[in-house]
Amino acid sequence: MKNWIERLERLRAHRAAPWLGIALVVISLFMLPFALASVGTAWVRITNLAILFALLSLGLNIVVGFAGLLDLGYIAFYAVGAYCYALLASPHFGLHLPFWVILPIGAAVACAFGVLLGAPTLKLRGDYLAIVTLGFGEIVRIFLNNLSQPINITNGPQGVTLIDPFRIGEVDFSRTDRLLGLDFSGPIKYYYLLMVVLVLAIIVNLRLQHSRIGRAWVAIREDEVAAQAMGINTRNVKLLAFAMGAGFGGVAGGIFAATQGFISPESFVFVESIMVLSMVVLGGMGNIWGVVLGAILLSFVPEILRYTVEPAQKAVFGRLLIEPEVIRMLLFGLALVLMMLYRPAGLWPSKRRKREFAETDPS
Amino acid sequence: MDIFLQQLVNGLTLGSVYAIVALGYTMVYGIVQLINFAHGDVVMVGAMVALSVISALAGTALPPLVIVSAGMLCAVPVCMAVGFTMERIAYRPLRGAPRLAPLITAIGISIILQQVAMIIWSRNPLGFPQIIDNPVFELAGAHISAIQIGIILGSFLMMAGLTLLVFRTRLGVAMRATSENPQVAGLMGINVNRVISATFVIGAGLGAVAGVMVGTYYGIAHYTMGSLLGMKAFSAAVLGGIGNLAGAMLGGVLLGLVEALGAGYIGEIMDLCHLSGISEALAARCAQDNHFVLFGSNYQDVFAFLVLIAVLVFRPSGLLGERVSDRA
Repeated sequence: MKNWIERLERLRAHRAAPWLGIALVVISLFMLPFALASVGTAWVRITNLAILFALLSLGLNIVVGFAGLLDLGYIAFYAVGAYCYALLASPHFGLHLPFWVILPIGAAVACAFGVLLGAPTLKLRGDYLAIVTLGFGEIVRIFLNNLSQPINITNGPQGVTLIDPFRIGEVDFSRTDRLLGLDFSGPIKYYYLLMVVLVLAIIVNLRLQHSRIGRAWVAIREDEVAAQAMGINTRNVKLLAFAMGAGFGGVAGGIFAATQGFISPESFVFVESIMVLSMVVLGGMGNIWGVVLGAILLSFVPEILRYTVEPAQKAVFGRLLIEPEVIRMLLFGLALVLMMLYRPAGLWPSKRRKREFAETDPS
Repeated sequence: MDIFLQQLVNGLTLGSVYAIVALGYTMVYGIVQLINFAHGDVVMVGAMVALSVISALAGTALPPLVIVSAGMLCAVPVCMAVGFTMERIAYRPLRGAPRLAPLITAIGISIILQQVAMIIWSRNPLGFPQIIDNPVFELAGAHISAIQIGIILGSFLMMAGLTLLVFRTRLGVAMRATSENPQVAGLMGINVNRVISATFVIGAGLGAVAGVMVGTYYGIAHYTMGSLLGMKAFSAAVLGGIGNLAGAMLGGVLLGLVEALGAGYIGEIMDLCHLSGISEALAARCAQDNHFVLFGSNYQDVFAFLVLIAVLVFRPSGLLGERVSDRA
């Protein structure tokens, strides 16, 4: 036994050990969709949605976690990205641009919307800002709902259908291809794409966190006046936080539109903003890995509940008393309240955030 | 029928409801500097409870006014209990925590209230039983119904009552002292916790009445009705200057008027056919169906938000607010 531990210790100390670890993670992430597909394709789709939410949470984390600006209308940027993709790659306007053209456009438009929201709200305090962002999210949704008249831009509540899937050359993401004896179905291809995007997003976030900009965001979050006195251009840095956060939302929205093939304003209601916020709060505001964890937990737990609570209720009461959708929402609500009461820094807090919540505000 | 007067009447009705809900926000904000995000949902609970009671009694021989009063008498204590519990479990432990913490629990409470209401009542909009025969009077070319008169009178009575409470009673003095400075108020022998609880309870009670008013006015109640109503009432409170009672009343009425008049006129204002000279295509389009409305009354709900953003940008302390708050 002792021999084993010694061997493991030696292995850990080995120069190649981190690479071995990374290789293991990569291989397991590579194999994951096939394992999931053997249970059911639905689970691959659920995983894809979870990754999309992880992307959104990372974006919102820049605004809420790093810069400390509570944004309750974040889903608007997701909507903007999704509609950009839908309008530029569907029969609605007869445009069929390739995705590598649209995704940057979507991100840029979302950034512009971020600045549009940020500019008038720069001077507002935290809670006022929250309400204005909430209003902004609603305004965007109301416009999406109504911009079918007098000129049909968004097709109103019916939404946009027949959105093009991603295509790279001959590879179409909506069809199944056989390669090396493995079936690569549409959801599995999107899984790999989303994984690549997520890894890129995490790298960008990790690099941002300790960069000059990242530290400026944290400084603003802690004390805006002091940050300004230290020579930080608070206006630009805050706008940048809004724009970067929105950009992530835009990219996620574009991919969402492509995977679903159909979008409508229904997908971008206030509750979705709250869902993303819950993920950020649950995981730990300001900590990149915590936020990803929060997104994955809150995406999967409701689905698992769907497969366990529904049959359980039917077995015990003979019928469905509480729908899984309701349980999911109750879970979000409870997560927000209980986390704030008992573990305000999140499941996996950033070190700095932990310290901050431990102190009590004298005011 | 005069559209302007008619919209004025509608706006006044709507505005007095907004004012009552806004009072709930502004009282809580004035005393603990917290946006009670769940206040709109307390209003919803009030409407739902009243609806259940009124539906249950609707078949009996009791006179309609008694039935409605019974609904209100049940809704108010239930909402007060909700307000009290909410403050106790979700806000009090977080006093002194970073500002975002209570705001996030408030959002959580709001979601929980909505979902619980959905489980108890229904996912679908519920109709308020039409038990009061609602005579419509004609007033200088505008129609005003008995319910509208009741709402306007009732709201003004409640506002007067609240003003008396805050400025003429011991509890009112304690509330004002606590909002001025909780520490010093505590040193003067005021039980700060009790005063804060009382504020939440009173706000929730007002909310319950507002819920019954909205329910009888529109004739329906839905478990999500609180969100939009709450947002608008909060906008009204900010418009008037949050923390300021008179401001909330003024803001509510103003917002109601803006919304009603906006809905009445925006279609006309934004009809580009006035300007059909500017382009050939537009002129052709106008010749077809006479209208080219850029933004119609379906954008009604946007007004409250635009008003809110405009106020916050140009006059962050609101119309009547004097305190310029600069705390981060």
